[in-house]
Amino acid sequence: MAKQETRKHISHSFDIELNDLKNKVLSMGGLVEEQLANSITALIKHDIELAEQVYNNDYKINALEVSLDEESTRILAIRHPAASDLRLVMAIIKTIPDLERIGDQAERIAHMTLQMQGETPAKYFVAMSHLGEYVRQMLHNALDAFARVDVDMAVKVMHDDLKVDQEYDNISRQLITYMMEDPRIIPIALNILWSARSLERVAAHARNICEYIIYYVKGKDIRHISLDQLKEETS
Amino acid sequence: MSKIDISSIHRGKKTNNFENETITLKVEDLNLFYGEKQALNHINMQIPQRRVTAYIGPSGCGKSTLLRCFNRMNDLVDSARIEGKILLDNNNIYDDDINVADLRRRVGMVFQKPNPFPKSIYENVAYGLRLQGINSRRILDEVVEKSLKGAALWNEVKDRLNDNALGLSGGQQQRLVIARAIAIEPEVLLLDEPASALDPISTLKIEELINDLKSDYTIIIVTHNMQQAARVSDYTAFMYLGELIEFGDTSTLFTNPSKKQTEDYITGRYG
Repeated sequence: MAKQETRKHISHSFDIELNDLKNKVLSMGGLVEEQLANSITALIKHDIELAEQVYNNDYKINALEVSLDEESTRILAIRHPAASDLRLVMAIIKTIPDLERIGDQAERIAHMTLQMQGETPAKYFVAMSHLGEYVRQMLHNALDAFARVDVDMAVKVMHDDLKVDQEYDNISRQLITYMMEDPRIIPIALNILWSARSLERVAAHARNICEYIIYYVKGKDIRHISLDQLKEETS
Repeated sequence: MSKIDISSIHRGKKTNNFENETITLKVEDLNLFYGEKQALNHINMQIPQRRVTAYIGPSGCGKSTLLRCFNRMNDLVDSARIEGKILLDNNNIYDDDINVADLRRRVGMVFQKPNPFPKSIYENVAYGLRLQGINSRRILDEVVEKSLKGAALWNEVKDRLNDNALGLSGGQQQRLVIARAIAIEPEVLLLDEPASALDPISTLKIEELINDLKSDYTIIIVTHNMQQAARVSDYTAFMYLGELIEFGDTSTLFTNPSKKQTEDYITGRYG
């Protein structure tokens, strides 16, 4: 059901609560996005200070996760939401752990950066830099789709996830080649590979969030179906 | 290692499948007027057998009026005029040759406020049978016990069957009235706000009872409490301004209604 011209609830305080909940999810999303961007920059520029900052900020995301869970539970218990309200709360309850895990992946990338000692040739980071920017944009679009209840944008993000998978395969092939050329870089190459893996996971979480958005707006569960079917379901 | 059975998992399958239901009542193009005012507007719907069908909607939307059409209670309202048909087992209940008393035996009704007769608990339940001329103590004992058990009241009253029914609590009285209704073994049970005058625990008992009763009766319930409709019913109909807006599987209607008006009503937005 179209959500754009939603009327207000008779209970004004329920409107306020739902809005607060949405805004809190978005601010958690903003924080996660910032953490991810910083972790990628820190990795590529080998900025130890920035990596430490990411590493030390993860607790904020965890705290938001707990408080959002509490708030959602309270709304379920007190308000008994139905129809689109119910789907919104369900979508939020499912979005929260995905955001939290994106935060964990950013922390992991920061951790990898802190582990890498000494100079690393820039050529190892070219593809990573590209993938990092791509995934960051995906997360941004997913959160945007959430904020604006934009199904088309959500579908686009789901398509983008395929590209990330390809890019991840390319990076692992490339790194394997480097490792065969020079076994001394294996420790660094593994760290980069794991970071690439983290980015691939971030993209998958962004995709999940988009699935919940489509569930919220369309009332359709579109998990585990092909992109062709997705097109049919959302058209 | 044993495999997990996933055969029961379907995507987008409804809990109930209307196609497979046997239909007890068919409403065909029903219009009802109170004087000049049209209270029901071209209602078409089918009530499935041995299921709970709930009507929800704001006050004055016609849901109680429609419920009362099913056993011709509206005949008692002088200004009411009815067009269209209601078919019970393919016989129009508004045909001239229908015996209304007989119809009401087949379609029992329970009201918002418990209305036991100022008689003993036993006589309340036995009343319908006595009206039919059944006075055998053996049969009456049997039916009273069976009905009170069916209404989940037996254990509470079995030692004081001869006490006055008005001494029971509101929740007990309502279950007594249900026992009285099922004593004559109707096919359809109409419940008009059966729990709205009861406390939450008695309400839950009534809801539990509705769940038990649906294995034997076709139940139609009108309720203002949407959560109650969601809990007890298999199918839900949403009415607004005398029209049937949406009718469908309860879980679908409450998670993903197809009409905007339904959505606004069940989410508590301005209608």
